[in-house]
Amino acid sequence: MNNSAIFKSSIGKKFVMGLTGFFLITFLIVHASINACIWFNDGGKTFLYYAHFMGTNFIVHIIEVGLFAGLLIHVVDGLLIWKQNRAARPIKYAYNNPNANSKWYSRSMGLLGTLILLFLIIHLRNFWGPNRLNQIATGEELNLFTMMQDHFNNIGVVLIYLFGCFSLFWHLMHGFRSAFQSLGLNHLKYNHAIKVAGYAFSIIICVVFALMPVTMYLGLVK
Amino acid sequence: MKVNLKIWRQKNANTEGKMMDYTVDTVNPHMSFLEMLDVLNEQLVNKGEVPVAFDHDCREGICGACSLHINGRPHGPSHATTTCQLYMRHFKDGETIYIEPWRAKSFPIIKDLVVDRSAFDRIIAAGGYVSVNTGQAQDANNIPVDKALAEKAMDSAACIGCGACVAACPNSSAMLFVSAKISQLAMFPQGQAERDMRAQNMVNQMDEEGFGNCASIGACEAECPKEITLANIARMNREYIRSTIIDE
Repeated sequence: MNNSAIFKSSIGKKFVMGLTGFFLITFLIVHASINACIWFNDGGKTFLYYAHFMGTNFIVHIIEVGLFAGLLIHVVDGLLIWKQNRAARPIKYAYNNPNANSKWYSRSMGLLGTLILLFLIIHLRNFWGPNRLNQIATGEELNLFTMMQDHFNNIGVVLIYLFGCFSLFWHLMHGFRSAFQSLGLNHLKYNHAIKVAGYAFSIIICVVFALMPVTMYLGLVK
Repeated sequence: MKVNLKIWRQKNANTEGKMMDYTVDTVNPHMSFLEMLDVLNEQLVNKGEVPVAFDHDCREGICGACSLHINGRPHGPSHATTTCQLYMRHFKDGETIYIEPWRAKSFPIIKDLVVDRSAFDRIIAAGGYVSVNTGQAQDANNIPVDKALAEKAMDSAACIGCGACVAACPNSSAMLFVSAKISQLAMFPQGQAERDMRAQNMVNQMDEEGFGNCASIGACEAECPKEITLANIARMNREYIRSTIIDE
């Protein structure tokens, strides 16, 4: 494939956005599934078993590098598109009625993405960062389950996580369906199914994530 | 009925414009929107003022000449309607109506509400055609065309190139227009020979003109007077990606 066209042309940028979006969606499924193991109420035993696998497996480490690369490309590509779009309308309308023809979250992907990125920095600083640093320094993993319990004992942290889930929810509500469109996957027969799947995915993933800090704060996870 | 108008006035491309207030109190509800502007212009001419410049031609909703961003929406509040087919009965007596030109860097203002849409012409010139270089046209029935596909191509061909998609899109993206033209020709047997070149050249020209990128927001589809769908943009994405992959 002509590499320059992928990053320079408008459709190429969309294509990259859709591909990396799908990749990040698969990560969300894995992340939510493993974390949901805290609800076995076995003192985090099942959760820590899979967390250990994810933290130490060689292949997972390679995928992790790919994940960060995918995230970085998604963010940088998003910024390039945002810049192009901003330049395309230098003078705004004096009176605009965008709610008459589109959804607010579809028009706010850049803002929602930025909020998710800010949340992600806080989130990585809470869990992934200290754990990896400790692994490098001592070769030992930290107990992520007790770390979760400590962090989610604080109502402020719980609220930040709920806000993160809220931003992710609206980002996915548009992003899931939009990724199909950007890759050219639009078909009258399947459009409705893609739309419903997108809504269902956004709700399930974000509710599952949001329930983690909430149930821990309420002391329901033993 | 009476309407209060807030209209964008701009002398030419090099001067700054501003919203100006006007009142027309002799509006017949059965007048079209453009006829109401005609009445306003008659008032202005009688007072010795410069009339408001706006684009119009067929006034039958088929030429794509009329534009106008009315109360925050391209072609006004009615669904699948061009400005010339919009009637004053859709407005309330005494209502204040905002009238602005299409806003996009690629559609520079010529005067008042008239914008230069020649960027669309250049995109078409880049590949929106089927070359028939020589000889006599053969009998149309010699080339079998799938009926369902012909219907789809006709739906895409309904685009009148008015630019409402660009005006509605928060990103000023022209992808609904370009995709309708690419789709229309990609679905016909006659369009196959230049299919890849067309997708590449038209998209490249669109990017060169400085239009924004599509974010699948759907405002274009909602405001298009000819109900061109987002499926066209997905088809254009496929056409472009396909032609990029097989590019030698």
